Amino acid sequence: MSTETTVAELKKPAEALLSKRRKKLISDPLVDDNPITIQVLGICSALAVTTQLQPTLVMAISVIFVIVMANLTISLLRNTIPTRVRIIVQLAVVATLVTLVSEFLKAFAFDMYKELSVFVGLIITNCIVMGRLEAFALGNKPYDSILDGFGSALGYSWIILAVAFFRELLGSGSVFGVPVYDTLAGFISDDFSFATNGLMVSPVGAFIILGLIIWVQRTKTGYVEH
Amino acid sequence: MQQSNAYIITFSIILTVVLGLLLSGTSQVLGPLQRKAEELDTKKQILGAVIDADQLKAMKPEEVLSYYENRISSKVVDVNGNILEKDADGNPLVAEKVNVGKNYKMSADKRMYPVFIFHAEGNPDEVESYVLPVYGAGLWDEIWGYVALQTDLNTIEGVTFSHKGETPGLGARITSLAVQQRYQGKEIFDGSGKIQSVVMQKGEGKDYSSDPHKVDGLSGATITANGVNDMIKNYLQHYSAFLEKQKSSEKSEMASIN
Repeated sequence: MSTETTVAELKKPAEALLSKRRKKLISDPLVDDNPITIQVLGICSALAVTTQLQPTLVMAISVIFVIVMANLTISLLRNTIPTRVRIIVQLAVVATLVTLVSEFLKAFAFDMYKELSVFVGLIITNCIVMGRLEAFALGNKPYDSILDGFGSALGYSWIILAVAFFRELLGSGSVFGVPVYDTLAGFISDDFSFATNGLMVSPVGAFIILGLIIWVQRTKTGYVEH
Repeated sequence: MQQSNAYIITFSIILTVVLGLLLSGTSQVLGPLQRKAEELDTKKQILGAVIDADQLKAMKPEEVLSYYENRISSKVVDVNGNILEKDADGNPLVAEKVNVGKNYKMSADKRMYPVFIFHAEGNPDEVESYVLPVYGAGLWDEIWGYVALQTDLNTIEGVTFSHKGETPGLGARITSLAVQQRYQGKEIFDGSGKIQSVVMQKGEGKDYSSDPHKVDGLSGATITANGVNDMIKNYLQHYSAFLEKQKSSEKSEMASIN
């Protein structure tokens, strides 16, 4: 975080809406500083919701909403929040946003609400959210905070969507509920079928996929944990 | 920067009030929509016990409601199998409005027991199956479901289960179609006419197709499975008086036709 704050101090008065520095706020968490694969945060929900793509997508959108809005709110309030109770304030804001998401899902997407149930509530404890509030939003302006939150949430989202893609494809033989395996098998011959892998449906499958993603990513970027 | 205590307290109070208003406002606005969604979901669960899952999935919300309207009639019985027309305050009873979970808190003989009857379209007398709600406790929270019995009042046509907070991937699998299909064709009475229920076994992967009272278990979710077993057995016993009455009335109907 230290690099980001020093750059912020050098900022010129009129900065482009998407200057290089701001683009970096979004792009950094996608790969180089990914919350899941590099910071290893938010693993719990990455394992839990990713058996199928559709709930994962809803989860990703919910997390994007919560992080962006929480970052914005905390950033707007950053000069008024009493330092001694700042964690409680952050928690209250995050919990409110998460409850709003949950209420909206219950009203407009009841099936999704049932499926995600506890996981939406658990966004409150997703370390990525509190981490961004504490590390960025408390010390930066609203617009930058929105970008930072959006970047981190996207970094989280693409990983869980990638995990979900492989888990649903290998575990259930479908993508977004479309039966890929059956269709493919149909091309070959009528009595041909692919076997699905039950391991992928269980949380163990998520560990394996996630491990492989981290492996590939770290081989490419040369990142070493200190 | 250290703020005074007064500032901290004022800030906290304002924050609490603002967030509180926001939340209660949302809940007020969305409340009616949520209740509608819940009602639709309940009807889907009831229908899920008697019709094909794919067919139900393909239906739009309005279609589900009209299908339910056409095919399901309902009544409320007490533990002795007598039909209840009015609640304690004298208002007419609607089976769909009976909260099985709330009734569960009363002793078994005081509860109201809804019965949903799946019948041929337009003819409520041509019964195809009886759907009985069941309710109990899983590992973490409440579980509930619907058991549909064929007209012999013995063979299970289908079941649906729901839960509030069972562990995803383990206990929560009771909502999966694959688990619920294991109950189809099982029988609830033993040879001598006593209720024996259908019991999920410990462990998973064995074939119980030859035993009408056993189904394959849930690996890693024994407590949830036990909860399901208790719930089905308890409620079948509570409904046994109704089932007996229904059986004998069907017999006499048969006799009168003959």
